[in-house]
Amino acid sequence: MNTDITRSSAAELAHALGSRELSSVEVVQAHLDRIAAVDAEVHAYLHVDGEGALEAARAVDQRRASGEELHVLAGVPIAVKDVMATQGLPTTCGSRILQGWIPPYDATVVARLKSAGMPILGKTNMDEFAMGSSTEHSAFGPTHNPWDLTRIPGGSGGGSSAVVAAYEAPLAIGTDTGGSIRQPASVTGTVGVKPTYGGVSRYGLVALASSLDQAGPCTRTVLDAALLHSVIGGHDPMDSTSIDAPVPAVVEAARRADVAGLKVGVIKELGGEGYQAGVRARFDESVALLQEAGAEVVEVSCPSFDYALAAYYLILPSEASSNLAKFDGMRYGLRVLPEGIEDPSAEQVMAATRDAGFGDEVKRRIILGTYALSSGYYDAYYGQAQKVRRLIAQDFSAAFDQVDVLVSPTAPTTAFRLGDKLDDPMSMYLQDVATIPANLAGVPGMSLPSGLADEDGLPTGIQILAPATKDERLYNVGAALEKMLVDRWGGSLLAKAPQLTAKGA
Amino acid sequence: MNTAVATAEEIVDYDEALERYDPVLGLEVHVELNTATKMFCGCATEFGAEPNTQVCPVCLGLPGALPVVNEKAVESAIRIGLALNCEIASWCRFARKNYFYPDMPKNFQTSQYDEPIAFEGHLDVELEDGTTFRVDIERAHMEEDTGKSLHIGGATGRIHGADHSLVDYNRAGIPLIEIVTKPLTGAGKRAPEVAKAYVGALRELLRALGVSDVKMEQGSLRCDANVSLRPKATEGQSQDDVPLGTRTETKNVNSLRSVERAVRYEITRHAAVLDKGERIIQETRHWHEDTGVTTSGREKSDAEDYRYFPEPDLVPVAPTRETVEALRGTLPEAPGLRRKRLQQEWGYSDLEMRDVMNAGAVALIEQTVAAGATPAAARKWWTGELARRANAEGKGVEDFGVTPAHIAELDGLVRGGRLNDSMARQVLDGVIDGAGTPTEVADARGLELVQDDGALEAAVDTVIAANPDVAQKVRDGKVQAAGALIGQVMKEMRGQADAGKARELILAKLT
Repeated sequence: MNTDITRSSAAELAHALGSRELSSVEVVQAHLDRIAAVDAEVHAYLHVDGEGALEAARAVDQRRASGEELHVLAGVPIAVKDVMATQGLPTTCGSRILQGWIPPYDATVVARLKSAGMPILGKTNMDEFAMGSSTEHSAFGPTHNPWDLTRIPGGSGGGSSAVVAAYEAPLAIGTDTGGSIRQPASVTGTVGVKPTYGGVSRYGLVALASSLDQAGPCTRTVLDAALLHSVIGGHDPMDSTSIDAPVPAVVEAARRADVAGLKVGVIKELGGEGYQAGVRARFDESVALLQEAGAEVVEVSCPSFDYALAAYYLILPSEASSNLAKFDGMRYGLRVLPEGIEDPSAEQVMAATRDAGFGDEVKRRIILGTYALSSGYYDAYYGQAQKVRRLIAQDFSAAFDQVDVLVSPTAPTTAFRLGDKLDDPMSMYLQDVATIPANLAGVPGMSLPSGLADEDGLPTGIQILAPATKDERLYNVGAALEKMLVDRWGGSLLAKAPQLTAKGA
Repeated sequence: MNTAVATAEEIVDYDEALERYDPVLGLEVHVELNTATKMFCGCATEFGAEPNTQVCPVCLGLPGALPVVNEKAVESAIRIGLALNCEIASWCRFARKNYFYPDMPKNFQTSQYDEPIAFEGHLDVELEDGTTFRVDIERAHMEEDTGKSLHIGGATGRIHGADHSLVDYNRAGIPLIEIVTKPLTGAGKRAPEVAKAYVGALRELLRALGVSDVKMEQGSLRCDANVSLRPKATEGQSQDDVPLGTRTETKNVNSLRSVERAVRYEITRHAAVLDKGERIIQETRHWHEDTGVTTSGREKSDAEDYRYFPEPDLVPVAPTRETVEALRGTLPEAPGLRRKRLQQEWGYSDLEMRDVMNAGAVALIEQTVAAGATPAAARKWWTGELARRANAEGKGVEDFGVTPAHIAELDGLVRGGRLNDSMARQVLDGVIDGAGTPTEVADARGLELVQDDGALEAAVDTVIAANPDVAQKVRDGKVQAAGALIGQVMKEMRGQADAGKARELILAKLT
């Protein structure tokens, strides 16, 4: 294994822990040291729980010493996006309105990490309530891309991808409502997976848009993602939309990594105009590699995808406007009394709290959603968007009649500069144009690094999509491609990233 | 205005109002189900628990928490729908009803909107004159209750003037069924009576189904009464062609009598407004039990926008036909039919049957008769002696530990000639005190009518000798005076004599 603990993959760490080459305390401490050294520059964490992580590490070391049979990832630390409820640990969703809120319960995903014996290093930065594609909408300041600190790490889960890219955690949990795991993975040179909708419990995930949200792995390798997927996946009686079936055999698929005879469809509608040349070039090379490895490649058309972005920006704000209504200053989090009002009513307190507590992007979407759901406009907007959603699902289903998996570039561009798109919401929204259809249809998707763009030397990503509940196909194809790419690069893509120098070191 | 001091608005005479206007009603009844757990989480639903002790992340609407539908509540909803002769949806969803409200932790209520679980039914309601009025049911849908606010520091207990408010979320998330009627037309003058009879019949039905405590005073059954008036049809015009008037909704009326009074009041108030050529404002009204009037609440325009949309956190409810039919099989006999059947079987008069109903003793009597008592005796004990005691002690007749089998046994002892009425009462005392079955109590206390005719005759002779004046009156033909002698004989025999036999003997000796 790599001599530097923080540069090791989760699978390598798991092996070293299992053979007692390393203790979990050592692994956790190495990551805490790394965080202390570089996070001031990256700002990927909102809260670091060093004490809690070390305590969990000591407990797992003790259990292992006593000969207990432990989960394969036991002792491997992880970071969790700040949108997941963590008992006793602040959960802010990147928003002022939840500043200081400490949940009295764990999200199911968090509970599963804990019961697998995985120490939680801390909570990662994100766009406020997961709205954004750059992590610049965090109320607590943006995260910086470890490849170039002047650039965005993607969003909304920029923090979760950045901690993995900056070696501040071997694994992280992200959530993906329209691409918030895959697009950050693409622009940080890491792996991100959005499982099938319902494949991972949403219980304790502070909802952005309930019918689209899905938690999933942020990692540096496909195998690591599979290992993490199998920890967090599976039915949860607390989430009635969770799928009542065994977790797909993702780890086996990642180990198999064989695409011979597989049919791969290139989505015609994703990859033309608006896609950076370097992104497109690396994508084409990846597709060629798959072909060389024995996959049959065909072009498929999904005509309704042209309307996906529009439908998404009606459905998401509609659900969000309702999901965010609970943040009113009445029970927890921020409470602001309106100025200049002697004896304010409950409604006035709610209004003042929401005005002070929510950022511009959140307000923009609440207003959009409130309008789209209002009587007289419902059919024209929300109802129409739901129809488009059905058409997109039909496009997928027709495409998957012809091919086993679909591929496209993950994001149209490499990481743009911080501040570049803040005043232009539409161009920000376009970052997710390739990832959104999967959320609307509930199918699983993965992004893995496809190389560096010639123009700017920044990471590009390829997206693999599979039919609902067939998540294992992503891992099989992803691992096969990863192997070929790593051979070609002579090592992981992240190894080509500039070294972050510890401030004052 | 200060709503705490309700003043009667201008009203017109009820009969006069009905000469000019035709009332139309719409009744919305909210029923809290008596499921062990809440609609969307596993919290307990016990009434009257310490505030905020029956709450969890789900019913508090904490960030990240998700609802899961209570299957028992869905079953109850389907059974209610079937009992109301409704269609049951084979596929329906919950929706979110969005509005900001401090009692509601998510600031939306999870309810059903355009896809109710049950729809298009009816309930036949019996009126006091014995006629039946059919109430058409629009829908019965599932939803969750909200929490309750308590306003502290003001004189009135209302938010106005209070210095702080407390919220109890124990009630938040309790399953509710809302049953909505179609507009009830054609009741005319009897509209208030129909309203009362409907809510009463619904309550009886829900109680028979066992799905709710149906306690109006505790809010487990709440009625909102919509009233509107339309002018009487002119000659040659059908009343159905006259458009409906503007309605008002009187909220949370919490007794049957109040339902009747509130509807009647609103009819007279509407008539007064319309008579002056003014318009009724569409609004909610509050009913004041003490003063018998309604006062203006919140203005409720049609513009109020709840922004309903299908609840994305829940999967649709799709009961199979088999499930629905199996639930249909669990329905009890319709209360009205059952009442008629039992009355006939038991030979009770209408008045007697009403007493039995009021005492809540129908099931007890049924079991007592099944255990071998005569219907007359069963009624006498349950609605007489036991009901009287229950009343005096503020209990229910079923709270004494007396079983139908006990009453049947007691009746057997009386009919077999072992006990007379007053001895039977003493035995009942013993049963209530936990001293055993009626036979055990009678044995232990030596209670038994003396069957020895010699002893009875001796006692009669003694009493006649000791009361020559009374004996003479009887000889003179004043037979009713024998009563005093019977009393003396009973006393002589310490109550253990057969009064009938004593009477026979006394009369035989003196006439």
